[in-house]
Amino acid sequence: MKALGLDRPIWDQYIIFLTNALQGDVGRSFVFNTPAIDLILLRLPATLELAITALILANVLGIPLGLYAGLKPESVAGRSVMAGSILGFSLPGFWVKVSLIMLFAVELDWLPAGGRGETATFLGITSSLFTVDGLRHIILPATGLSLFTMALVIRLTSAGVRETLPMDFIKFARAKGLRESRVISVHVLKNILIPIVTVVGLEFGGLVAFTVITESIFSWPGMGKLLIDSINFLDRPVIVAYIVLVATMFIGINLVVDLVYAVLDPRVRLSDAGGAGT
Amino acid sequence: MRGKILGLVGESGSGKTVTGFSILGLVEKPGRIEQGRILFNGSDLRRASPEELRDIRGNRISMIFQDPMMTLNPVLRIDTQMIETIRAHKKISYDDARVLARDALGKVGIPSPDERLAAYPHQFSGGMRQRVAIAIALLHKPELIIADEPTTALDVTIQAQILSEVQKLCREVGTALIWVTHDLSVVAAIADQICVMYAGRIVERGSTESVLDGPSHPYTNGLIHSVPGNNRPGTPLQQIPGVMPSLLSLPVGCSFRQRCRYADSMCMAEPEFNAVETNRDHIARCWHPLAEGRPA
Repeated sequence: MKALGLDRPIWDQYIIFLTNALQGDVGRSFVFNTPAIDLILLRLPATLELAITALILANVLGIPLGLYAGLKPESVAGRSVMAGSILGFSLPGFWVKVSLIMLFAVELDWLPAGGRGETATFLGITSSLFTVDGLRHIILPATGLSLFTMALVIRLTSAGVRETLPMDFIKFARAKGLRESRVISVHVLKNILIPIVTVVGLEFGGLVAFTVITESIFSWPGMGKLLIDSINFLDRPVIVAYIVLVATMFIGINLVVDLVYAVLDPRVRLSDAGGAGT
Repeated sequence: MRGKILGLVGESGSGKTVTGFSILGLVEKPGRIEQGRILFNGSDLRRASPEELRDIRGNRISMIFQDPMMTLNPVLRIDTQMIETIRAHKKISYDDARVLARDALGKVGIPSPDERLAAYPHQFSGGMRQRVAIAIALLHKPELIIADEPTTALDVTIQAQILSEVQKLCREVGTALIWVTHDLSVVAAIADQICVMYAGRIVERGSTESVLDGPSHPYTNGLIHSVPGNNRPGTPLQQIPGVMPSLLSLPVGCSFRQRCRYADSMCMAEPEFNAVETNRDHIARCWHPLAEGRPA
């Protein structure tokens, strides 16, 4: 107790924590007796590769599906996409993930049920994305993790398309004789990217921070699994360090999202403020 | 007719804008073109394939919209929006297209077009944006421009400038113009011919002087008399009583009969176009065409 400083009053402990944290030290793990932040950073790559893969999946599939559903809202396929996205929202994540394991790992035996698989180092980054075995391992957890975000992207894209299509500038683009493909991919898409980027940015923070369930189900050796283990061992400094890291990351992501706005929407660029305005 | 200006007049909801969109095949669903022909240089545009129609749009027929604040895509630069129009119809390099775009901006009176090309729509005023839209419409020296109330959203001084400039540019290029408006004074100033629309139909057509000086349809007559300039100061403005019927439930026969003071049992049948006695090019869809302001 004494060695860990747990005998002191709680406010004293807090001030010591704050003083150390400001110097970049968020404490040592009770269990491993190593700096908590090192433990987390060691697991960060595994979580990042899972979150990034899930995010890419959500966008690569979500935006085209949302575009289709927005362009053809009355068609059977369009309705099915929208109905499917509701499932993506409302089915509990852990149930879907266990079902994925049941179907693809147990019944069909196509993909491994858990673990990270082989890793390889490329350009100084060690990741399971660089080996075939690793890729096979990441498919199920990444799919499971991406479903919610994908459903969100689908609904946002389709709502954006339906809102943008009746605008005058779309009609004008058609009246200019542009091909339909250009009208959709440039004139419509660029206008609806702003809400998508906002949500995707915030979702990415969420994906990284809350992979806890996914990592537990697929026994993926990432930060989320570490968090659950630390909670079980009452390893408080690791939990605190985790929360500090995730909070910092959210701030960072919000900043990036704001900067991306300026790239996407000329109206929010400060340097252009001298225009005639509307 | 090449180089001629047609004024398409009517009150809100009379079908002027839809007429413009129909010509370009841009009627929005669930609307569709039921019947008839759209003749352009002798060929029926309704028979054109979607790709042929696309190539005609912006190239041989272009359109200027009503609200310049809404016609340019807010997130694309002016040069992008002009160059894509050029390259949709002509195989030329990006750089050559940019030069064409710059010249086009200069022609519609935008100062320092080189710098303005890289600007975004929100950096332009309404009048400037409409000039950009006009420059885009003129890029391919079209045979026809459909201008859908292009000056309605602008203030009066800019209105006059744009009006005279479009007229000048069309004359230079030999472009025919359909000027859609509810403003008779604009039409009087620029149009060679006038079509008056009511409830989705053309009710009177003729040369500008002929129609404005001797309107044959009671509706046209009513329109002319409701312009303040035609009344003695101090006297109440003449109005056309009632409102236009909904296009979904048009009355049997002449659609204007419920508001027309000359209506009688004859008007229960739909009137055909009839030439006005004095001028064979001046026609009206009425059973009781006016002559000198009175039923003949």
